[in-house]
Amino acid sequence: MELGKRDPVTGRTTTGHEWNGIEELDSPVPRVVLFFLAVTILFSIGYWVLMPAWPLGWTYTKGVLGIDQREIVTREVADAATARAGWTDRVATLDYAAIEADPALMQSVRETGRTLFVDNCAACHGVDAKGGPGFPDLKAKSWLWGGTPEAIAETIRVGINSTHGDTRVSQMMAFGKEGILDREQVTNVVAYVRSLSGTATGAPLDADRVKAGQEVFAANCVACHGEAGKGNAELGAPDLTDQAWIYGGDAQSIYSTVYGGRQGHMPHWGERLSPIDTKILALYVHSLEGEAK
Amino acid sequence: MVAGLSRGDRQVALAISILIALCGLALAAVGRGDPIGTHGFIILLYALGVSFFVIAGYYAPEPDISRLLRYYDDPTKVGIVLAMAWAVFGLTFGVWVAALLAWPDLTFDAGWASFGRIRPVHTTSVIFGFGGNALIATSFHVLQRTSRARLPEQISPWFVLLGYNLFCIIAVSGYFIGVTQSKEYAEPEWYADIFLVVVWVVYFLIYIRTLQRRKEPHIYVANWYYMAFILVVAVLHIVNNLAVPVSFGHAKSYSLFSGVQDAMTQWWYGHNAVAFFLTAGFLGMMYYYLPKRAGRPIFSYRLSIISFWGITFMYMWAGSHHLHYTALPQWVQTLGMTFSIVLLVPSWASAGNALATLNGAWHKVRDDATLRFMMVAAVFYGLSTFEGSFMAIRAVNSLSHYTDWTVGHVHAGALGWVAMISFGSIYALVPWMWKRERMYSSKLIEWHFWLALAGTVVYVFAMWNSGIIQGLMWRTYNESGTLAYSFVDSLVAMHPYYIARTFGGLLFLIGAILGSYNIWMTIRQPGTALASQGEADEPHLAPQPALQAGE
Repeated sequence: MELGKRDPVTGRTTTGHEWNGIEELDSPVPRVVLFFLAVTILFSIGYWVLMPAWPLGWTYTKGVLGIDQREIVTREVADAATARAGWTDRVATLDYAAIEADPALMQSVRETGRTLFVDNCAACHGVDAKGGPGFPDLKAKSWLWGGTPEAIAETIRVGINSTHGDTRVSQMMAFGKEGILDREQVTNVVAYVRSLSGTATGAPLDADRVKAGQEVFAANCVACHGEAGKGNAELGAPDLTDQAWIYGGDAQSIYSTVYGGRQGHMPHWGERLSPIDTKILALYVHSLEGEAK
Repeated sequence: MVAGLSRGDRQVALAISILIALCGLALAAVGRGDPIGTHGFIILLYALGVSFFVIAGYYAPEPDISRLLRYYDDPTKVGIVLAMAWAVFGLTFGVWVAALLAWPDLTFDAGWASFGRIRPVHTTSVIFGFGGNALIATSFHVLQRTSRARLPEQISPWFVLLGYNLFCIIAVSGYFIGVTQSKEYAEPEWYADIFLVVVWVVYFLIYIRTLQRRKEPHIYVANWYYMAFILVVAVLHIVNNLAVPVSFGHAKSYSLFSGVQDAMTQWWYGHNAVAFFLTAGFLGMMYYYLPKRAGRPIFSYRLSIISFWGITFMYMWAGSHHLHYTALPQWVQTLGMTFSIVLLVPSWASAGNALATLNGAWHKVRDDATLRFMMVAAVFYGLSTFEGSFMAIRAVNSLSHYTDWTVGHVHAGALGWVAMISFGSIYALVPWMWKRERMYSSKLIEWHFWLALAGTVVYVFAMWNSGIIQGLMWRTYNESGTLAYSFVDSLVAMHPYYIARTFGGLLFLIGAILGSYNIWMTIRQPGTALASQGEADEPHLAPQPALQAGE
């Protein structure tokens, strides 16, 4: 092992050590490294002087700028609320009809409502609000609990079959499973229900079954769905005469619904959304009705 | 491999395996109906497998005493094979989990295949399975060569290697059945953690004992880094995993820390895992294999010193930059940010030291894909440490935090630096270990190199784009003072980048599969008597009494 051997490529000498053939050059630390080390350390010291930095037992150095992230965020939230107050105050004080009559205000409501809707409601009702199997289509004008903005706001606040004290409660009984109707009766009432909305496709409905089903319907279903099958918003009973089906409108789906019952669930949002956000959301959802289907 | 152990060693190996098998049996018995029972059975099977292997070779003739004059490389060989196996497994899950983000139906409705489970399967397999085995295998090799001393005895290296892999198996199988502490990169539960502590202490002792017996006056830089890796990972692992189990028969435990203290401990751990597992350990690898392959002296010893102490000192403070703008007191964030910025200098000094070492050997970088792997690794190390310091600045972090930019940054480091330096080192090491003249196919190494580079670049660019778009969408307000985009809107915008990322990962995986095939075929090639390729397999010293027979 030669001490301080000269490397022919760089012209530097080695440190004189060798490990299984590996040697090290005795090159000095490049000035640029020392320069940036100095710059970054000086920057850090400057930053420590300006900002909260070093712990001192029970407290810490506050920094000469007196900056505190909590104060900043509190102020920014307050500023943002002030900036929005121009239109949110009007949403808070005006009633629904007055807001809906003001196109400029509705513009802000719809912009904000969309973000609120997609962040909170879209997981079940879809980004386009058209629902999916088990989740109602909010553009279908087929409201379980009423389609006025007031009713929608209340549904958002308390939920359906939720854990909220004032929750809306509704249940479709399991007529087949509970033995209230036998299979024949269920099949008949399914045929009748399908005849109400005129959605039946494929094989034409058996007129005898429809007739027999009508009797079953009159005896078991009218209490909630009404004599004409138009539903009842007081009870959350759906209108059976329209084209909107939460759980599917084909014979098999309706059979399953009548046989096994249904008990949909919507969480309550009153504790998560502020009253004004709830109001904006209700207005937004109501405005969706007007969109071209 | 058992044939290389003395009769006494075989008995010790058998005793340890049976003891561990009994521990597994005990866990299986007390943990009935709990995931810990399943793990008991896995431990039992694993230890029985090892003991059958020992028994199968038990009556082989006593090995020649002259083996003690040579380095002990069997654990390194097995470690290399295990590293590549974990790489293929972990990268496959990486591609899957990336695809899952683009096409969420790819769980096939199986609970074990949900994102929350296969994501840690991916991270643990690549970081600890692939990275850890590569580190253990190369550290044993480097340690002996640079100390000119054989490992102190023959049992403890096997305990470390096989014990460590048992830990990885418990970790990964646990995620599938829902066992996790929910601490990122520290998911395994208390019993796996305790076992790893034992393994790790033995690992540390091997290092100390070998260094103690070294025939070189100085300890080489690579060993500083490997030592820092082993020592600090032990400290991090123990502190972050302090927890109280529900009972000895339950997998579940509760952390000793809560709230913001828990978060700070976790990210002190998390960031130093990056520092001392994914940086220090692999710098140790780089400091040996890169100058060796290039045939060049290290550019500057002094730069090595500055970088080493800079990195080890600064990294310790940097963890709080993971918690900017949170409940963490601002002064802690300030310290994390400023130390992260200073950290850039020693990081770049290391990368620069590696690249300057290649002066006089750039023609080799051009022609030799193995060396090129190491060169590109050093470049990515420089890039991702710059990016890391940049992202640690609070104002930058307010945009980048929680976005895919972070994911891209991690993968620039993990794919570009950690995996590339490992592949380069393994390609250099395999012919030495198996006494082959060269790898089976240098063309396949070229293919692997370009696939790995292309995959990394596609991945990182996709995530930069995705992350910055995401960050901007989350902070854009409309004229009404409302966030302009919902979270779902940002997901829709991410979709094309998620597909690109999956494609990049797939390229990287294909490269690793080619590499594994190449290594396998090299091992199966007939050996040549001459080929130790300038890599000694024995210390160039007269046999000395210090080299004790089979302790």
